[in-house]
Order: sequence, then structure tokens, then C-alpha cells
Amino acid sequence: MTSPADQSVKRPVERPLSPHLQIYRPQITSVLSILHRMTGVGLTLLMMLIVAWVVSLAMGEAAYGEFISLMQHPVAQVMLFGLTFAFFYHLCAGIRHLLWDAGYFLSIESVKSTGNIVVGVSVLTTLGIWTKLVVYEGICPWLM
Amino acid sequence: MADVTSGLRSPIGRARGLGSAKHGTEHWWGMRLSSLALIPLSLYLLYGVFAAVVFGNGYTTAYVWMQSPINAAAVILYLAIGLHHTAHGLQVVIEDYVHSEAKKIFLLLAVNASCGLLALAGILASLKIMLGA
Repeated sequence: MTSPADQSVKRPVERPLSPHLQIYRPQITSVLSILHRMTGVGLTLLMMLIVAWVVSLAMGEAAYGEFISLMQHPVAQVMLFGLTFAFFYHLCAGIRHLLWDAGYFLSIESVKSTGNIVVGVSVLTTLGIWTKLVVYEGICPWLM
Repeated sequence: MADVTSGLRSPIGRARGLGSAKHGTEHWWGMRLSSLALIPLSLYLLYGVFAAVVFGNGYTTAYVWMQSPINAAAVILYLAIGLHHTAHGLQVVIEDYVHSEAKKIFLLLAVNASCGLLALAGILASLKIMLGA
């Protein structure tokens, strides 16, 4: 067994990995778990945007205006839509994790039902918020 | 040669720093606490920022919103706790997927430093607005 010191000196030996993604059928447990991780990583972007928003607000009207117009670009708005879903999904799945930590909903039936609730709530809130934004507030003129 | 009080680890193991890093439980509990705090914080903030940006005439509405001490405190708490949560979360992901020791150390440093700097920038900006500097 090589120590960490030895491993940093030369490249680690490349060993073959037995196939897993090609073998195991995606299940509600595994998919929701990796989605929680992926949305978590993706939400780093949201943290950066919030900081950018506050900093541009502190920098004055011109800087703030530039930031807002950047956020109104179609690509940015698609990204914001994705981030909305990521936020609500990570929030709901996170609450599910905390409930598990407290010992609730650990049976396989509860795992499936709470899993469906998490996905359902995330999708519905994202669609609901963005429908209101696009249809009633005219947030995406390029979409109409 | 083995010192009884050092437990079951061999001297060479202790010298190489093998075994538990001893911060796992703290890390785990920190994530639960920050998650709990972030539930109300993030909902309040996303609603507030949202409302300030979407409704109202942009800069002035947002600025006035930020000047309220409650909102400034919420933003500062959200950034501090949220970026701590982000850094810990990314740390776990890096430790899981990066196998080269050098790359892992570099990435962990970069992530923690960036989150710290982002928090600092956001908090200073919030204070600047709230104090009207």
C-alpha cells in the first residue's frame, strides 16, 4: 500500500473500473441522490450571482444597471430558470435529508413517496414562479 | 517502541498522518446546522431579492430594500452561512472525485479561498449600503 507521499511523486497506477453506469438501472434513490449533489454544485453559481448583485448595488446605479441588463440576456434567463429548479430541488431534498437524519421516513415506501413529493414540489414551484414571471410580469420579451 | 497512549496506530502511521482526520463529525454537524439555518434565510432572501429586482424601479427599490437593517442582516447571514455550506459541500465532492493528491489540495485551497473572498466582498458591500458610505 503506497502512502500519500509516494502517490504525489508519481502518477497513480491506472486500474480498470468495473462497469457500473452501464449495468445498474437508474432508480429513484440513486437519481435523487446524485441530483442533490449536482444541484448543490450548481447552486455555487447562485451564491456568486447573489454576491455580484450586492456588490453591483453597492457600486452605484451604473454598475447595477449593467448587472441587471446582463441578467436579462436570454442565455442568462435560461440559466436563472435552471438555477430556480436547482434551488427548490436542493431545498426540498435537503429537508428530506434532515428528516432522515432525525429518523423519519426511512422505510422504502416513505423513501419513494417523499422522493416523488420532492420532485413534484420542485418542478411545480419552478414552473409556477416562471409562468408568473413570463406571462404576468413580461420578464422574457424575447420568448413572446 | 509503541506508545500505549497513542492507541492502535503504529509510530510510522502516526508520523505519516494516516488515519482519521478528526474533523469529520464537526463537518457533518456543521452541514446540518447550516442547512437548517439556510431554510428560512434563503427563502426570505430569495423572495426579497426577487421582489426588489422584479417589481419596482430597479436600483432605488433594491437600494432601499438593502438599507433596512433586517434585510442587511439577512443578506450577511445568508452569505456567511451559505458560503460556508457551499465550501463544505464542494469539499466533499472534491474529496470524492479527485484522486491526485496535488490536484485535490489545490482545488480545496481554491474553493475555500474563493468562498471566503466572496463572503467578504458581499458582507462589505452590504455594510457599505446599510451604513450609507
